[in-house]
Order: sequence, then C-alpha cells, then structure tokens
Amino acid sequence: MATASNIRPGPTRAASLEQGAFVWSVALADAAKAAALAGILGFFFIGMKTDIAGDGLVLSYRWAALGHAVLIVFLGRLLLDALLGKAAPVTTQMLTAGIFIAGIAGIMTQDATGGSLPARALVGAVLGGLIVAVLYGVALWRRRPAPARAEATRQARFAIPIGIALVLLALTLPFLITTFLPGQQRQFIDLAILILTYVMLGWGLNIVVGLAGLLDLGYVAFYAVGAYSFALLSTCFPFIGFWSALPLAGMLAGMWGLVLGFPVLRLRGDYLAIVTLAFGEIIRVVLLNWVDFTNGPNGISGVPKPTFFGLEFSRGEGGFADFFGLEFSTIHRFIYLYYIILALAFLTNFVTLRLRKLPIGRAWEALREDEIACRALGINTTNTKLTAFGIGAMFGGLAGAFFATRQGFVSPESFTFMESAIILAIVVLGGLGSQMGVVIAATVMIGGIEMLRHISFVGQIFPGVDPVQYRMIIFGLAMVAIMIWKPRGFISRRNPSAVLKERKSIGADLVSQGEGH
Amino acid sequence: MTTPLNSPAQRWLDTPLLSVEHLTMRFGGIVAVDDLSFQVGRGDITALIGPNGAGKTTVFNCLTGFYKPSEGRIVMRHGPGPHDAALAAAHSGGLRHSKDGDSGVFLLERMPDFEIPRQAGVARTFQNIRLFGGMTVLENLLVAQHNGLMVASGYTLGGILGLPGYRRAEKKAIDRAVYWLEQTALLDRADDPAGDLSYGAQRRLEIARAMCTGPKLLCLDEPAAGLNPRESAELNRLIRTIRDEHGTSVLLIEHDMGVVMEISDHVVVLDYGVKIADGSAETVRNDPKVIAAYLGVEDEAEAEDIVEGVAS
Ligand SMILES: Nc1ncnc2c1ncn2[C@@H]1O[C@H](COP(=O)(O)OP(=O)(O)OP(=O)(O)O)[C@@H](O)[C@H]1O
Ligand SMILES: [Mg+2]
Repeated sequence: MATASNIRPGPTRAASLEQGAFVWSVALADAAKAAALAGILGFFFIGMKTDIAGDGLVLSYRWAALGHAVLIVFLGRLLLDALLGKAAPVTTQMLTAGIFIAGIAGIMTQDATGGSLPARALVGAVLGGLIVAVLYGVALWRRRPAPARAEATRQARFAIPIGIALVLLALTLPFLITTFLPGQQRQFIDLAILILTYVMLGWGLNIVVGLAGLLDLGYVAFYAVGAYSFALLSTCFPFIGFWSALPLAGMLAGMWGLVLGFPVLRLRGDYLAIVTLAFGEIIRVVLLNWVDFTNGPNGISGVPKPTFFGLEFSRGEGGFADFFGLEFSTIHRFIYLYYIILALAFLTNFVTLRLRKLPIGRAWEALREDEIACRALGINTTNTKLTAFGIGAMFGGLAGAFFATRQGFVSPESFTFMESAIILAIVVLGGLGSQMGVVIAATVMIGGIEMLRHISFVGQIFPGVDPVQYRMIIFGLAMVAIMIWKPRGFISRRNPSAVLKERKSIGADLVSQGEGH
Repeated sequence: MTTPLNSPAQRWLDTPLLSVEHLTMRFGGIVAVDDLSFQVGRGDITALIGPNGAGKTTVFNCLTGFYKPSEGRIVMRHGPGPHDAALAAAHSGGLRHSKDGDSGVFLLERMPDFEIPRQAGVARTFQNIRLFGGMTVLENLLVAQHNGLMVASGYTLGGILGLPGYRRAEKKAIDRAVYWLEQTALLDRADDPAGDLSYGAQRRLEIARAMCTGPKLLCLDEPAAGLNPRESAELNRLIRTIRDEHGTSVLLIEHDMGVVMEISDHVVVLDYGVKIADGSAETVRNDPKVIAAYLGVEDEAEAEDIVEGVAS
C-alpha cells in the first residue's frame, strides 16, 4: 500500500545527531562552522545596509548586528547539538541552554546598558544562571523514580477531586475576587473572563486538532464569523436579543465550518494546515473589504450588552441593581459576563466529554490514529471530519458572539492569524485532546502574559532595563522550555472512552497526533 | 483454467460469493494485476498465494475500494444463487448495488471504499498492521461497530441526550467485542492500548476488529507473518472458527505454505499479476507451473516448502 501509507521525510538531521555521543570539541567545531557560515552569508545581508540619503543611496555598516547574528548562530547550534544528541547528559544540555540564554540576554540589553560589554555580560550571566537553576531543579524533580503505572493511577486518583475543586473555584471566583482584592476586582474579573474565553476557544479547537487530529490554523475565522454574526444580528435586528442571537451566531459559524470544511477536508496533512490558514485570512480580508456589510476597518460598534432576563445592568430605575435592591455597581455586569462565559465554557466541555464517549467521538479519535483503517471499517471519513470541523466551528462562533457582546465593538483587527496561533498554542501546550490541559495552558499563557506586565520591579535590579518590553521573549523562551521538557503538552496521557474492567490511561508515545503535525 | 474438471467439491464455481472478472490494475507502466479472474466460494477458505510482488495486496486493495481497478469487474453476492438477472440489471443500469431483502449483488469496483464493509460486508486486515494504537483494545472493537452504533445514537443527538436506546446498543456492542476478545484470547488485555500488544496479539486484534463489522467475507493479508508456530496453529483454529461458526468466508494471502495447505479449500496462485493456477490445495501443490514459480524465487525457504509439499 505504497500510496495509501503516509510517506514523510524522516528527521534525518536529528537522527544523525542522535547517533554519536555528545563531544564538546566536535560540538564546538560544528557550532564554529555554522557561525562562520552565518558570518559569510550575513556579511552583505546583515553587515551592510543601504539608506536613502539626500542624493541617492549611501552604504552604512552594521558590524555589531552581524556579530550578534554570528553569536546567536554559534550558541544556538551548540544548544541544538546538546538537545538533539540524546547522549548529552542533562547537565550539558542545561549548560548550553544557559550559555545560549546568557548570550541572547547580553545582546538584548545592549541599549539598556549603554553598550558596555561587562554590564551586558553580567546581565547575561545572571539571567542564564537563573534559568539554568530553575531548569535543573525541574529536571531533578522529574528524575525522582516513579514507575509509570503508579503515576498513571495517581493521576487518575486525583483527577476527580481536582476537577471538583476547580469547578467550585470557577463558580465562586468573582466573589473571592471582590472579597479579597476589592481594589483590583475589575481588572481580575476581566482577566478571568479573558482566560475563560480562551479556555472555551481551546476546547472548541481541541475537538478539531486534539480529537480528530486535523491541524486547523484558521480557527479564528469561526471566532470572527460568530462575533460578526452576533454584532450584525443584534445591531440590525435589536428585537432578537442576546439569548437568541447567541445560538444563531453559533449556528452560523458552525454552518461556515461545514461550508469551508467541505473542500478543505479532502486535503491531507500539511496541505490541510496551509489551506485552513488561508481561509482564516480570507475571512478577515473579506470582513475588512466588504464595507457595505461589515463597515470595513471601522468595525461595528454599539453591540448591545447582555441583559439578565430583560434587566439591563444600568444605573437607576429598572436596572438589575434596582430590581434586586442592591446598590448599583459597574462590577455586576462583569460578574454577569463572567458567569455567561463560564456557562458557555462548561457547555463546550460537557458536549465534548459526552461526544468522546459516543461513536462519533471515537470515530474522530480513530481518524486521528489511522484514517485508512477507519475507511476499511466502513467509516465515512469525510463526514466524520466535517462534523468535527462544524462542531468545533460552532463553539468558536459562540465564543466570538460572547467576545462581541463583551467588547461592545468588533473589527477585523481582533481576528488576525496571531489569534489562531495563540489558541493552537493553548491546545498543543495543554496536551492534544486533554480538556484539563487546555485549562492549565490557557491560564498559564493568557494569565502569564498579563502577569508579565507587572514585573517592572525587575527594572529596579537592572537599572535601565524595562522587563515589560521583553515579556513576549521571556514568554517565548518559557514555551520553548516547556516544549522541550514536556513535548506532548502538560497533560499528555489519554483517557480511554470505554472501559471493561480497569481504567488505564494511555501514554502519549502511543497516541498519534494526526495529520500535519 | 488449470483446475481439473474432476476435482471433487468446487464450491467456488457452483456458489460463488465473490467473483473477480478480468481484473487489471496498472500503475503507470507497471501492470500489477493482469486480466485476473477467479471466484471465492461461499463458506470456503480461499488462499491467494504467489511470490513477493505478485500483486496479491493489489487485488485486496481493489476488492476493498482503496484502488479503482483499471479494468474489470468485482461482484459480491449476498444470498444463495448467482443472481444473474439482478447482476445484469445493476451492471447495465449503472448501479453500484441492487439489494432485495437479505440478498443482493454489489459491484465493488463502483463503490467508495467506506461503503464496501458497510454495504457489501467485506472486511479486511492489512499486511502492515493498522490498529488504532493509542486507543484501547476495547475501543478498537467499538470503532469497528461505528455504523450500527451511530444509528443507535440517533446520529449523536440521542446519545448526547442520553436516551436509553443508545445505552442498550452500546452494551450489545461491548458484548460483541468481549465475544471476539474471548475468541482471540485477548480478553485480559481489553483495557490496554492496542499499541502495547505483542505482534501476534496485534494481528489477532486486527482480525477481531474486522469481525466486529459483521462481514460476509473476511480478507486477511498475511495473517501468519511474524507468528511463531504455536501462534500460527492458534491462528488456523481461529480462521476455522470464523468460517464454521459465523458463516464468514475467508480469503487470505499467505506465504506460509503450512498454513495454506492445511486450512484452505481453494488456492489461487498469482505470479507477476497473472493467475497461474486455481484449484484445490491438492491440485495446486502438484502443479508444475506453481513449483516453477516458487523455485524461480530467491527465497529458498519458500521453495523448500513447496518441494516438501510435493514430496509428501
Ligand atoms: N500504489 C502503487 N503504485 C505503484 N506500484 C504499485 C503500487 N502498489 C503496488 N505496486 C506494484 O505492484 C506490484 C505488486 O505489488 P503487491 O503489493 O500487490 O504485491 P504482493 O503480492 O502483495 O507482494 P508481497 O508478498 O511482497 O506483499 C509490485 O510491483 C508493486 O511495486
Ligand atoms: Mg502484499
């Protein structure tokens, strides 16, 4: 079955590196070669630059930038050798990682330190050392002897109590925040709403990517369709109201999922990823250019806020606070929004967990494992993929509708590829197919990016450095680190959907990742 | 035809379940299967043998819809009799199949791959095992019952609402899975991931999974490859059980002549895509063309098998 089996070029480079043990001299020579190559290639491309001056072009030189590029290639190559060569001891891996980070930090702090080399070296060394220490701690902790079976049962034993605790926490969170953080309640409830929106989006995409194994890089398209459907429905037909417009928006997005899915899902692997990416962009470009319908780049404003059984969250007569005899506070509306997105997220989770135990869910997972075997068992794989795509799109649309009502405003800017990438990162980082993993990853990612806004105190240690500027880099490094030590995400074990006698979770090494990974 | 006319029981001629008629499959310039015709008798265990690269797997891929044959016709018949009238009507009417209660004819070369197991009742296993490695043994067998369960779950709606009809159907599906796990001695591995099983167990699981689709014809692509003699003997017993107790006819590709000669009622021999012999195990084993084809192959073990077969 030569055509039927999916032939892919193997990772030959990594394989060749894996064969030999890590030898410092060889690795250094390898890195030096790569650096020299970078130097030669970069000589013209990085080292020289033409600027437009009064009377034409003038040549200017950027030797520092070239030096940095060469240094990055050298250190990066060293790190790669250490990480990919399985034979390298953990300490070597740590050391090279530290040197790499120190180098990057040194380069980044060029402006902050006024270009003084010793200061940059110091910053680099401190940062590198710090990160190596953390990584080493993690490695030691992971090294503790724990038989696989024991770990599996331990995970299973704690799953239910942890789940219940999390649900209780989620249900009471707004009150915890208003009680314990009264000064910042607005900010924290807003953050919780944002995280929950991404949890819901992650769960929606998890159906497509995690269960059915279809790599969808354009998920944001359905988020956009939901948001615009809701915005247009509720501004053009105000009588529809939030609670009717919401399911309509979800259905429209789901329908778009089917419409886009139909041509796309005949493709396999990488092609699928590329075409979904393109569809995501097409939807955004259409929203941007179809001015008559979508108001183009100006977006749609005045999207109505949700009401509580017809009660608006407004001051004075007939408002929510007035009706219940409470003192008016703007926070009520945020708490209400929080509960709406919590309910939507729970709905997504409930439906997904339910579907996993139904034939359709099992067919999705089987499709991820082996499409040809599915067809040999009589499963209509096109329909099965379409349902995954459509249901995933529907939840994306519901989240989009919520987004529209929360913001009160939608514009194409909110639906860039970056958004798809973040949602996908949440799913991958959490562990493909894992519901709990998505929660952890969304909290860490969205919460983490927010928290990094508040690390300006680091600036007091290194005068002149504004760490907030570097938060995306710090964040990226953290993600790289997580993917190195937990390549299959935070929760990489799969829970079987049917059990005869004893529930045993399945290790990630056996679970396939599906198309295009 | 190399089949002697005086051979005792020729079910494949009298009551064919499947007939392959003038099947040709070309890949660019290669003719992998060349004008091949043979029949599979209802209730027979039929072996398709031939040296490496003879085109056996290609025939399976044509039967199960993975390849669209370049030429030829493949007919599957349900219910006794040749169904000549129905077949002629379906063929000229451009139909994929025509059904009448339990009986019917199916033109497999016209059907999309996923409809062949569902409608025509042809299930298969793969030469390079294709299990759902990250799913448990039980889940593998439940996936095989997808179509029935899908209807029982009201195409998912009833299932989401938790209607009792689906729960009953799932219970039945699990019972059926347990039955096949018992038959294949895999019951104590039911909750383990399929990818964790030993090679022999994976082969048995693939057969169990194919049987869970409730097929009329089971196509096994080298089921004994990589099995030790004890496992091989168990496999023979399993194949016989499938045929005797479930009325499922078996078509198998096999290199192990011991297995072939012991269990098959009918042997078809391919060489370079052409049929060189067709008949009972006894007649084929003594056919000089078959001996020549196998001796022409480098693989000495196979040639020896044949020579021994002739000598005994
Ligand atoms: N998809 C394909 N494209 C091109 N050629 C193919 C394809 N599939 C099979 N072939 C060719 O058809 C011929 C028959 O192959 P096939 O796999 O059917 O042999 P086989 O009898 O199953 O052999 P084996 O005993 O080794 O499994 C071979 O020459 C093979 O290269
Ligand atoms: Mg073969």
